[in-house]
Amino acid sequence: MITFLLAQTIAITGGTVYPVSGPKLANATVLIRDGRIAAVGANVAVPTDATRIDARGKWVTPGLIDGAGQLGLVEISAVPGTREGTLQGDTIAAAFNVAEGINPASTLIPVTRIEGITTALAAPSGNLVSGQAVLIDLDGATIEQMVVKSPVGMVADLSESGKDDAGGSRAGIAARLRQVFRDALEYERRKTDYSRAQMRPLSASAADLEALLPVLHGRVLLIALANRRSDIETALRLAREFKLKLILAGGAEGWEVAAEIAAAGVPVLVEPMDNIPGYDSLGIRYENAALLAKAGVTVALLETDTHKSRNLRQQAGNAVSYGMTWDQALRAVTLSPAEIFGVADRYGSLEPGKVANVVVWSGDPFEFTTGVEHVLIRGKEIPLRSRQTELFERYKSLPPSY
Amino acid sequence: MRTLLPLLLALTGACASAGGGTRPAQAPAPAAPAAAPATATPESTSVARLQYPSTYTRHPNPPVLIRNATIMTATGQETPNGSILLKDGRIVAVGAKLDAPTDAVVVDGTGKYVTPGLIDDHSHLGVYAAPGTDAESDGNEATNPVTAEVWAEHSFWPQDPQIPLAIAGGITTIQALPGSANLIGGRSAILKLIPARTVQEMKFPGARYGLKMACGENPKRVYGRKGGPSTRMGNMAGYRAAFIQAESYRRKWDAWNKDHKGDPPERNLRSESLAEVLRGTMYVQNHCYRADEMAQMLDLGHEFGFKIRSFHHAVESYKIADLLAKEGTSVSVWADWWGFKEEAMDGIQQNAALNQQAGGRPIIHSDDPGGIQRLNQEAAKAMYAGQRSGILITRDQALRWITANPAWALGLDSIVGTLEPGKMADVVVWSGDPFSVYSKAVQVYNDGWLVYDRNDPARRPRTDFELGQEPAPGSDR
Repeated sequence: MITFLLAQTIAITGGTVYPVSGPKLANATVLIRDGRIAAVGANVAVPTDATRIDARGKWVTPGLIDGAGQLGLVEISAVPGTREGTLQGDTIAAAFNVAEGINPASTLIPVTRIEGITTALAAPSGNLVSGQAVLIDLDGATIEQMVVKSPVGMVADLSESGKDDAGGSRAGIAARLRQVFRDALEYERRKTDYSRAQMRPLSASAADLEALLPVLHGRVLLIALANRRSDIETALRLAREFKLKLILAGGAEGWEVAAEIAAAGVPVLVEPMDNIPGYDSLGIRYENAALLAKAGVTVALLETDTHKSRNLRQQAGNAVSYGMTWDQALRAVTLSPAEIFGVADRYGSLEPGKVANVVVWSGDPFEFTTGVEHVLIRGKEIPLRSRQTELFERYKSLPPSY
Repeated sequence: MRTLLPLLLALTGACASAGGGTRPAQAPAPAAPAAAPATATPESTSVARLQYPSTYTRHPNPPVLIRNATIMTATGQETPNGSILLKDGRIVAVGAKLDAPTDAVVVDGTGKYVTPGLIDDHSHLGVYAAPGTDAESDGNEATNPVTAEVWAEHSFWPQDPQIPLAIAGGITTIQALPGSANLIGGRSAILKLIPARTVQEMKFPGARYGLKMACGENPKRVYGRKGGPSTRMGNMAGYRAAFIQAESYRRKWDAWNKDHKGDPPERNLRSESLAEVLRGTMYVQNHCYRADEMAQMLDLGHEFGFKIRSFHHAVESYKIADLLAKEGTSVSVWADWWGFKEEAMDGIQQNAALNQQAGGRPIIHSDDPGGIQRLNQEAAKAMYAGQRSGILITRDQALRWITANPAWALGLDSIVGTLEPGKMADVVVWSGDPFSVYSKAVQVYNDGWLVYDRNDPARRPRTDFELGQEPAPGSDR
């Protein structure tokens, strides 16, 4: 479904390749044809017409996936006219899909992708049910060209901030969600009655109830923001009651109930560097990602600040510092988010047939010494330029020339 | 993470401070306490008495010899297999081989690195404390655009649970600043970052105050519909009006202080702080993003005869790095923050490096309870961003961005910020290269006191706030 803009053959040769789906390969080649990975290995024949990228001494990984933020949905945080991620005036904004708010010309996109992030979630925010998140590649002239999957999940806020839209109580959040879910199912059963106005008033608009049906049938994920242990348990309880396909986001106190989360088969999206306690998250700890992974939970690591999405690799490095293995951390920014968001058939690892989102690094991607040498998105080499590189070029010697 | 989104830090006003300093930088000795005239007289009242004095005392600790470590002094030296001896709160010696006094604790530093204690010259710890409710929001006295009369130390909460997190990141000294809602936000607090019951026990002895000032969007936003200023030109008029008043106030007091004849002038706390700036005994710490605005603020300093000690945030300082170097004003910047508001749109990762290249004095600051825990990582990002762009930044220079240079911005560079004999024993032992993402502070000495030890649960301070909470299994704090 995604579009490939050019037919080209590229061979990245001689690098240490981390396919993620398998062990690292020394002195290996990644062959890319028409936007997809054609072959990965030490003994790959390079066609004569291939453009070669010499990666000797370099590390080659899949492009990183940031499972958070609002790339394309915000330009300047403090300027409301540049923000598209929150639907005002509807606490159940299930029908709100952010895709058409995305600005493919956003300056944040080049800034982010030239540091090795090739794919990101663009998620709605605010409200009790925030709306539908989409997954985008960080290249493309149109929204259609960028979108990888839409919707990926329905975002709901089961954390402290969700209370405002639920009468001021955590119990109100759960009650309100149950009501909306039941109404959606009743609406589905009685659409004719609904259209004839032969039903009691329902707790959300028809469009929002309709949008919740794929969630209630397990075809679209419920991405639940939950940090306090009890909120995590509420999310798990709701998921059991309604047979939802649940993802926990935040999960600050997840380490306290890691076994329960693992047993439920629920993945968690974690921002490893966040350890500042609030009343929503007194148990927040640097070690959370590692403890969850150790318990068998599928973890994806995040950088939630859209403008700092490029620091995802720093997040991963810190997750390693606080107990994840390096391999776990790399997986948690590549294949694990791809699995969690249901695109692992196309994304997240270097395997034949997958979309060629590939990064060539000068070394360990999590280390500060390391720079990005090449970024390929859908098999197209991305120029390592952004508004910021242009500012640097203008001012690197003073006075500047205009 | 709390959401799938960043917090809109820019909107809170916590994240920008102002600064400006007075004297040129020469190894300033710790200054006399704040505002009081030098002579106490029997007839004088409050002004002659000590003003909220520091009650800091050094915590006892046996002498410590760290050996076989890589010693990074922040004075140009990086010595493998080196040793450092700490005794009675002082650095006694740094060298290849040192003998341990008989009562010394010997720390095997094999594979480890030793640096000066890190200094964050832009923090809101204690004034915007966790857990972050309105009850702890004590950083902006947003009731008037000029509140030079407020002192951050009077807001500071020593039980802020963010404090031990920052200690575990190797921070030994902070400047806790008022927020940036106001044109002139008040006095900063220069603090030893140690567990304490009162802020007085943390006040860095002899440190001169900073005065927080703020340019640009924040004061406009906060006061635009509350009587102004509502424009940048209104901001400038506001600073000027305040300093004009302070000039007159200073003249009256200076005259009276000469002979103590007649009644002393009436005290005015607002002008008292500003008069200290005019006398050169208080440093201006100026939150300012845009290059053109920084140039205006330099001119404000010229008009009233003070120097701005540091521009904080200064995301566009690279555009006028030559001017800032010439003026002797340091820049306290982030490694890579940008885009959260319009005046932050032009942030680039080479900002610190370009200021270094121009002969300026860059500082990496945090303005953030997360960033303060990883100031070494932020300096590393900024250093390597410069290097990758062809700017030759040395490891020593980058270390100075978080040690000696912020010490200078606070006027403490003769006391802390480097590893030299005679300096205060503020020392961090790192598990590895402090510029690696995988390294952590394993021991933190503050004035010779082992205030944090990652390998000793008894040496990991916890605030009252944290009591009753379950530590994570395997947690090293």
